[in-house]
Amino acid sequence: MNTKINLAGIEMKNPVTVASGTFGYGREFNQFFDLSKLGGIITKGTTLKPKSGNKPPRICETPSGMLNSIGLQNPGVEYFAQNDLPFLRKFDTAVIVNACGSTVEEYVELCKILNTLDIDGVELNLSCPNVKAGCMAFGNSYEGVREITSQVRKVLDKPLIVKLTPNVTDIASIAKGAEDGGADAVSLINTLLGMSIDIDKRKPVLANNTGGLSGPAIKPVAVRMVYQVSKAANIPILGMGGIVDGKDAIEFMLAGATAISIGAGNFIDPYTSVNTVKGIEEYMKKYNIENLEDIIGTVKMN
Amino acid sequence: MPIQTYSELIEKNKLKDDIYHFKVKSEEIAKAAKPGNFIEIRVSDTTAPFLRRPISIYNLDKEKGIVEFIFQVKGKGTEILANKKVGDKIDVLGPLGFGTFKYENYQKIAVIGGGIGVFPLYELSKCAKQANKQINIYLGFRNKEAVVLEEEFKNVCDKLIITTDDGTYGETGFAINFVKRDIEKEEYDCIYACGPLPMLKAVRELAIEKNIPCQISLEERMGCGIGACLGCAVKTAKSPKESPEYWHVCKGGPVFEAKEVEI
Repeated sequence: MNTKINLAGIEMKNPVTVASGTFGYGREFNQFFDLSKLGGIITKGTTLKPKSGNKPPRICETPSGMLNSIGLQNPGVEYFAQNDLPFLRKFDTAVIVNACGSTVEEYVELCKILNTLDIDGVELNLSCPNVKAGCMAFGNSYEGVREITSQVRKVLDKPLIVKLTPNVTDIASIAKGAEDGGADAVSLINTLLGMSIDIDKRKPVLANNTGGLSGPAIKPVAVRMVYQVSKAANIPILGMGGIVDGKDAIEFMLAGATAISIGAGNFIDPYTSVNTVKGIEEYMKKYNIENLEDIIGTVKMN
Repeated sequence: MPIQTYSELIEKNKLKDDIYHFKVKSEEIAKAAKPGNFIEIRVSDTTAPFLRRPISIYNLDKEKGIVEFIFQVKGKGTEILANKKVGDKIDVLGPLGFGTFKYENYQKIAVIGGGIGVFPLYELSKCAKQANKQINIYLGFRNKEAVVLEEEFKNVCDKLIITTDDGTYGETGFAINFVKRDIEKEEYDCIYACGPLPMLKAVRELAIEKNIPCQISLEERMGCGIGACLGCAVKTAKSPKESPEYWHVCKGGPVFEAKEVEI
């Protein structure tokens, strides 16, 4: 049984990664299991300079999911390179840095630095809904995505994954923008913009008023978008959105994802990601699948 | 280091219409936990409700390996939890929080609790009492019906003052007023507090004014409970307005030095 996959040149022992912002830089989860069991780790969204994040409340529970507006709190790339990267490199797992900025120049500057680090790839965050400037602002048009991807491509030799926002009218054209800009892969979906109101206070629960919806509630939207993008673009997909077990992961792979990420699922059980690896293996046994890569995009439409 | 366990519910008591006292068996958590720590409970193995419920630890029996917690039914999640039966296995993550109550260096302490915030103060008071500290406890409740655990707290302190907002039981008024009354003559080395935000703000102000060390246990909407999601942010006191600095209740807390956080 072979669970190895290759995501845009990144070799992974299995397709299970952990989504940016749900796993910190790995230390917290290493208390529970050996991080080497994962195919890869996508780091917390990292910026050129440290970022303090949004005012609390930053999260709130919703039906089978949650809203968050953390606001990219992170210690900055320099701190990451000195303190967190050496820790992550102790494990036999791919390390992919989620990179975010507020201007094209910032993204380029950040990726120049990332290009010099011992990392396996970069996930370009063009889809964070919780910061005022940048991120999603670049991510919601074909031209915006193509432009920033091509600028980053010029300074980055490592595998480049572009993370897409689902808060657009045509996800396929956005994915095309990443492909045409020179991305090696796309990851989707980031969170769906949402809002929750405290009816006693008559105010939104989140201090930022709106936040990104994640968890099983968004899974069918994510699966549909992964399928659409797989038909429209010719680059591999890192699929995510509400995955909490092996069955969910298989669903994304059948829809066209080469690898998957566990996001909010990490919060409800620290072992969700490693249990997902086991769940995938059980599915392979059940259906006598020798090579996991063989199932990618094999959904038969009605 | 926290662990995730399926802990057996070995005893369940209903303290009030909506307040439950649970005892679960978990040797590892009981052994590792400190006063001020909390646990997170996944009430259902489905994804609804989705997140774990953070609940403070009320009492630890380290010899028998028992963790006790008390919670109020507030919504769907706590309602499901309240319906668990003795013998059920409960998905518990803990002990959580690196910021715990520190009492070793103080001799004479004041403990202030309000409403359902009194629960985590029991383990603190018990440990401090065992360490021969002198403890005065002030517990404030809305009214007589809301008063809980009077006997239990009485056994772990030198003096217990119960107050009710409406004067239907004990002293009349907020607990903080009686701390203010006693503070000059008692010369407390440290004040500990947990309860509603207005109470914590008043305690913090008083402690800063009188220059007395003060440790407060905070709450914030929480996700993972282990420091990964950065959801439960609390602003640090020293951070400038234009670039606020945040710590997190689940990691830096839940217990903080009062003067170091802005609430």
